[in-house]
Parts: sequence; structure tokens; C-alpha cells
Amino acid sequence: MSNVELNQFSITLAKNQVIQNLDLSVRQGEFLVLLGPSGCGKSTLLHSIAGLIEPSGGTLTIGGRDMAGVDPSERGIGMVFQSYALYPTMTVEKNMSFGLRIAGLPKAEIARRVERVAGMLQLKELLKRKPAELSGGQRQRVAIGRALVREASVFLFDEPLSNLDAKLRTELRRELKLLHQTLRSTMIYVTHDQVEAMTLATRIVVMQGGRVQQIGTPTEVYERPANLFVAGFLGTPAMNFIDGQLNGAGQFDAAPLTLQLPGAAQAQARTGGARAAVLGVRPEHVHIASGASLSGTVSLVEPMGNHQVVWLQCGPHLLSAISQEGSYVSGQQVAFAIDASRVSLFDRASGDNLQAGQVSQAGLADAA
Amino acid sequence: MKSRLKLLASPARIGIYAFLASAALFFLLPLYVMLVTSLKSMDEIRSGSVLALPLAATLEPWRQAWSEVCTGAACEGVRAGFWNSVAITVPSTILPIMLGAVNGYALAFWRPRGATLLFGILMVGAFVPVQVMIYPLVRLLATMGLFGSLPAIVLVHLIFGMPVMTMLFRNYYASVPHELYQAARIDGGGFFRVFLQVMLPLSLPIIAVAAIMQVTGVWNDYILGLVFAGRDNLPMTVQLNNVINTTTGSRLYNVNMAATILTALVPLALYFFSGRWFVRGVAAGAVKG
Amino acid sequence: MTAMRPRYRLRSVTPFAALLPMALTVIVAYVGAALWTLKVSFTSSRTFASDNFVGLAQYERLFANERWMLSLHNLAVYGLLFVLACMLIGFLLAVFIDQNVTGEGVLRTIFLYPYAMSFMATGLVWQWLLTPGNGLEQALQQLGFRDVQLDWIIDQNMAIYTIVIATVWQASGLVMAILLAGLRGIDPEIWKAARLDGIPKWRVYLSIVVPMLGATLSTVFLLLAVAVVKLFDAVVAMTQGGPGTASEVPAKFIMDHLFLRSNIGLASAAAVVLLVPVLALLAPYIYARSRAKGRA
Repeated sequence: MSNVELNQFSITLAKNQVIQNLDLSVRQGEFLVLLGPSGCGKSTLLHSIAGLIEPSGGTLTIGGRDMAGVDPSERGIGMVFQSYALYPTMTVEKNMSFGLRIAGLPKAEIARRVERVAGMLQLKELLKRKPAELSGGQRQRVAIGRALVREASVFLFDEPLSNLDAKLRTELRRELKLLHQTLRSTMIYVTHDQVEAMTLATRIVVMQGGRVQQIGTPTEVYERPANLFVAGFLGTPAMNFIDGQLNGAGQFDAAPLTLQLPGAAQAQARTGGARAAVLGVRPEHVHIASGASLSGTVSLVEPMGNHQVVWLQCGPHLLSAISQEGSYVSGQQVAFAIDASRVSLFDRASGDNLQAGQVSQAGLADAA
Repeated sequence: MKSRLKLLASPARIGIYAFLASAALFFLLPLYVMLVTSLKSMDEIRSGSVLALPLAATLEPWRQAWSEVCTGAACEGVRAGFWNSVAITVPSTILPIMLGAVNGYALAFWRPRGATLLFGILMVGAFVPVQVMIYPLVRLLATMGLFGSLPAIVLVHLIFGMPVMTMLFRNYYASVPHELYQAARIDGGGFFRVFLQVMLPLSLPIIAVAAIMQVTGVWNDYILGLVFAGRDNLPMTVQLNNVINTTTGSRLYNVNMAATILTALVPLALYFFSGRWFVRGVAAGAVKG
Repeated sequence: MTAMRPRYRLRSVTPFAALLPMALTVIVAYVGAALWTLKVSFTSSRTFASDNFVGLAQYERLFANERWMLSLHNLAVYGLLFVLACMLIGFLLAVFIDQNVTGEGVLRTIFLYPYAMSFMATGLVWQWLLTPGNGLEQALQQLGFRDVQLDWIIDQNMAIYTIVIATVWQASGLVMAILLAGLRGIDPEIWKAARLDGIPKWRVYLSIVVPMLGATLSTVFLLLAVAVVKLFDAVVAMTQGGPGTASEVPAKFIMDHLFLRSNIGLASAAAVVLLVPVLALLAPYIYARSRAKGRA
């Protein structure tokens, strides 16, 4: 078990700077998720940590050792690939043991490791089969097994669940979380799926355009997003964004919608003076209740089984609200309220969150 | 613990380039020799090395090869053979492609009963040496009064080109989504309408590949032209062999090489200009269904 | 109802009609011709087909014929060397080109252009190169290697090897092209996984890549083997079967006996015999394909 340190890490591919001056500290035993849309550089970063792509600047240390010029196989890491990359002509057992045999480990030791990992991942009956004879979920387990037998200190996962169907994905997600709890190794996991990130991570690194947007626990990135991008990326249905004006008196105005902001938020907003802002409110904080101060028309209702998503038209704004009870029809006039203590305020120009002194890392780097 | 930088100049890297360079030399050698020999005078050839560049390059051998050498009966150069080859190749490309496309289309989408078996036999037939079928075909064509004529050789090329052409189109259409065909049928299309209005416009890449392969194969053919074309239609390859291997007296190597280049020119030019398409044809031809 | 039925029948007849040329070709030109040749091989036909059945007499004569036996021997020697050399050289070329070399496009063009030349042209150029007194022998002697002798082409025992050289030169590029396509079809993540496992490159090729290319390699083998059986043009171009009959091959034997020596009975028997190795090579493929279809 060890930690991973990246300092001013940069990666340039074909004249594009994919990663720019990244600082990241991965703590021992944590499950760090690199989350972001396609092309944000998360996979490239992971491959670089693995040693498959050369960085163009900065340093990387794993367990205190500088990794410059070190072969991937000597970094003390194991990696699971998106397409599993199992050797098709070898049995499951050979797939898992091939690297160890090449490394010259004694047969008894190899057998012991394979036994142990096969037991952990329920692969014991499949050892003599070839990958073509396995289902997608089984193949993924073998891929994980191949990484685990290396008894490495850091495990890297490159979108391992994206080739599986939805049901299998949830199953394996749970297994991965259990695995982390059992092994307590350091794991770095890349995904574009925010549900995976939220459920698996101890900390999430939200990335876009090669830059870190925010690093925090799932709760932190969800409840206190550092900027518009992070706010919009996490959460289903997505956060509602309302363009409007913040006046010096702590009132947000986006006619016909106005909102009075509570104490601390008011103070922050006041110091900046009047400005154009974006109000962010999650659907679960938009409450439909008779007698509430705001009013809107129901435009669409999406039943989800244990709750409904109700889309409300309020003047030019379309908001989603979550409702557990009650039945609504299109065209119905309803009264609703926004929980002002749970909203986020973003500067219209920079996208940064105006509250609680939280400035995104991207902003920090810009200022420096 | 090799770093990337060291890898660029490592012994392994040098070895790779050395091997590839030597192989390239081996492969280029005949082309080079052909070219330089064809530009030299006979004195230079006799006294000099085959590897040397021409001291006094001349196009005289080319002129002789094109319009003067004796190709059996006449002494008018390989020019006649060139036009014969053209006359043979054009129909022998167009017709097999048309038939191959219709066959491939019928096999991929309509699959009438017995067609798959017929196709299987056709594919086996592609591997069978032509000697097994040559004499019966000679007799058949003679009975039809066609033997030794242009229609005869085109028909023969059609027969022997059918397996590969059909296979190319069938495999290509097999990769077209079946839903496209179904949608066209639902829209009311019959056999030929769906073919002409939906499938054929999609087929331009494979038609290009098929054309390249067929032109190359027909132009380079020797044995079928020798047997079926008849004395007036002998393709360039046959005439070339006549020029070089059946001459009595002194051999004019420079003229021979010029004639060889002229014969190889069309497919070589096609190859150098079509590059990727040629490779696609090769790869497609190698994938058996 | 009745108005619809004829239209349905018409629609279902068209595919059959469209495939008629193919059916005719297969039945008449392939199966019919092969059967006819088989029939003739059992007769005593000389210049024209006769109906005088003589059982297996032609086959007996065939295997007592020195020239035929020599042609079979030549084909076996040639075939072994040709297939081995082509596959080895083609494989090495493909592997080396796949190492991210600069100028890959140019190299590929150089290795594959011989395939665009006819066997005839190839044979003639190599004949020129290997002519003693001229060609490479003279060039090497002029370069200082006074004792070099390249007279294989007129040497009875060595003539067949000259044909090997010329045809390997022509076909290796094809093997390279096919194998390169196969190599490129391998999931790049397998390479990454192997790097992480610490597996040296040569070992990856040996233990992972080559087994994965099994189907492609056997296809290449089949194509080469069939080309061996059909060997004709290159022999005519380079040695005309000579010196004497030293580089005779079965295809040429058959052609000579069909058209020059007017013995179509013997030639037909030889053609049938030539068919045997081809069918033997195809049998495992056909078997494998029908098994795969059965499973699917």
C-alpha cells in the first residue's frame, strides 16, 4: 500500500497539452475516482501513472519512489483495462499467471496467489476456461484477478464497467467496493459515470479539459460544487441552472422568480456587489407545496417508480422538481418553493461558486 | 529499466532498420536492374555490370520493344499485344464485376435454396488448378465456334473470375446492415430495384477493389490467354514470352527488359496509384467468408 | 387473393433467375468440366477424346513416367521451400514494420509491388539476373568476387531453386500484407496489459500474438499451397522446364501433353492426380466451416 504523488504533472500528445500542471496527492488506501467527460484527459492521466504514456513535465512518485524512466511492470501497480485485454488463447489460469511466470516467481508461490485471488473473485470453477467461453462479467473478474495476483500496492482501473450492461454494472460495482474494503489497497479509478464515482469513491477528482475542476469527497463535490461544470456534471436529474441578477442586498432576481438568500450567503454576495449570477438548485430541493411563494405550470411528469420528476415552467425558466407524493398533470398550476439554504450561486462569467470561499483548483492555478 | 529515449537508438531498433533496409534492397533490385538494363546499349550490357547506372542512357530499346520486335508471326513489337490486352481486360473486368455484384447481392440477402451449396462449390472451384478444366472448355468453345476469339477469352476470364468476384461482393454485402435491405423491401422494392437503387450506390468501395484485382489478374494472366485468345488476340504476357524465350540469334537484353517493363506497366502503375485499395483487395481476397 | 399469388411467385423467381449464370458456370464449367476430365482419364484418348475405356491404365502409365515423377519431386521440393520462405520472410517483414518505423508507407509499397507483376514478368527479370555470364554473376565478379559462380539456372540439380527465389520474391509481400493486417487487428490493450505484466516483446509475439493469428496464418498457408500446385508461368518464363526436364512441374507436364504431345488421356489423368493435394488441403477448411455453421 502506498500513496501516489503528482507534482506539476503535464502530458503533451501530438502537440496538444492534454494535462496541464496537475497537482494531485492520492492517500494510502483511498479509492480515488477520476471523473469527467470523454476527452478530459482522465484516461491519459491514468495511463501515464501506469507508465504507458510518457509525461512531458512534472514528477510522479509512487510509494515515495520517483517513477521517471521506470518500466510499467516495475512500478508496483496492477491495471484493469476497459476491454479487459485478456490473452484470448490462454486459459483463465494462464492469463493470471503468465506475468508471474515471466517474472520468475517459484511455481508454488504462483499457485498460491492464483488460488487466493480466484477464491476472492469466485473464479475457481472457471480456471480452465478460455476467455471466449466466459460472459462479460466473468471476463471482467478475470481481468481484475490478473491485476490482483501481482499483489501490487496501487491498482488502476480504466473504465472497467463501461462495456457491461446496466444490471451487470451495478453488480460488479458492489463487488468492487467490497473488494476495496477487503484489500484496503490504494485504487485509482477512471470513469465518466457519475453514479459509479459517487458510490465507489472516497474522493472524486472532477476533470475537464485536462484540468482538475475539484477534488473532494462525494458529499463535498455534490453539495458544494466548485463551479458550474462540477455542479452540472454530478446528480441525476441534473441541477437546475437559472440565469439572473444578484443585487447587493442578497436577493437573487430572475423574474418571475426571486429568492431571498439566507445570512452567510447574503454576506458573501454583498461583498461582491451587484453582479450577473447563475443560481443552481438540485431537483430534490425544489418543493411543490400549496401556499408556497413561487408558482409555475407543470409541463411534463416523469414517473420513476419511487418518485416523480416534475418539470415546471416558471416564466422563461424550466425547472425539474422531485416529488414523492401527489399526482400532477400537464398544464396544472402549482405553487413551489426553493430551499434557499441548499442553493449554489455561480458567477456568470467565470462559473465559479460564489459561496463559502470555495474556489475551484482551476481558478487557483490561474491566479498563481 | 530502459527509458523511452534509449529505445530510439537501441541495438534492437538498429537491427530492425537494418533488416528492413536489406529487405527493401532485395525487393527493389529486380526493378532497378530492369530499368537500367532497358536504358543501356548492348555494348554497355556486355562489358559493364548489371548493377551499374547507364553511361549513355537511350530510349532506343524501348522504341524497338514497342514497335519492332518479333512476337512470333509478326515483327511489330509488343504494341499489338498491348492493345490486345486492353481489349481483353476491359470486358473481362466489367462483366465479372457486374455478375459478381448480382451474385453477391443475391447470396447475401435473398439466399435462395441451393444457392449456398452452389457458392460453396464455386469457392472450391477457385482453388482447383485450371488444368483440370482447360481441355473440356477448349472442346466446348470449339463446339460453340468461339474458340480462339476475343469472346472466348473474355468468357473464360468470366468463368474463372467469378469465384473471387462473387466472394468479394458477398462478404461486402454481408457487412451491410440487414435492416437496410428489409426497409427497402418494405418500401416495395423488388430484386433488381433494391439492388440498383440501394445496394449498388453503396458498393463503390468494393467495386474499386474488385476492379483493381480483376484488372491486375487479367492483365497478368498468361495461361488462359495462351490457350483461348487465338493468334490475333494474344495478350501482352504471351507475346512477351515469345519475344524473349523463342528468339533465335543474339538476345537483345535491353530490348527484352524494355518489353518486360512495358508489359508490367499497367498493373504496376495501377498499384502505385491505388495503394490502399490494392491492399484492401489483397486482404479481402485472403479472408475466406 | 388470386391476383396476389402470381406476383409473389414472380418475386421469388427473380433471385433464382439472377443466379442462373453462376449456376451454369458451376455446373458446366467447373463440375461438368472436372467430370469430363475424369472420364477422359479413364480412356485411351490421344489427340481427341475417344470412348475407349481402359480403366486405370493411364494412371499406371503416369506413375511409370519419369518426367511426371520428376515433376512431382520438383513440386514437393519447391513447395516446401516456397511456403516456408514466404511465411518466414512475410512474417518477419510484417512484425518489423509493425514496430512504429518511419517510412512505413514507403516500405509497404516496396514489399508489395512485386505482387502486381505477372509471374511471367517476374520470371523473365530473374532469368536475366541469374543468367551466368551476365546478370548478377557478372556484376559480382566485377565488384571483385572473382570466383563467384551463379549458374544454378543451367544446373540440372539447382534450376528449381532459381524458381524458388523468383516466386518467393514475388509472394512474400503478399504474406506481409495479410499478416500485417492481422497484426493490426489485435486489440492494442493486449499490448498494454503485456507491458504491465512485464512480458518482453519477443515473448508477446511468440506466446500471444502468433496463437491469436492462427486463422490468418492458416489462410496464408492455404493460399501459398494452392499457388504451389498451380505453378506454371514462372517455370515457362525462367527455364521452360529445363535444362532438359530438370525443372519440370506438374502443371507444365499437363499443358505439354494436352497441346504439344497430343495425349489428353495421360494429361487428364495427371490433372486428376493434381487435384488430390488441393482437395486434401481444402478438406480441413470445409470441415471447420461446416462445423462452425452448425454451431451458429
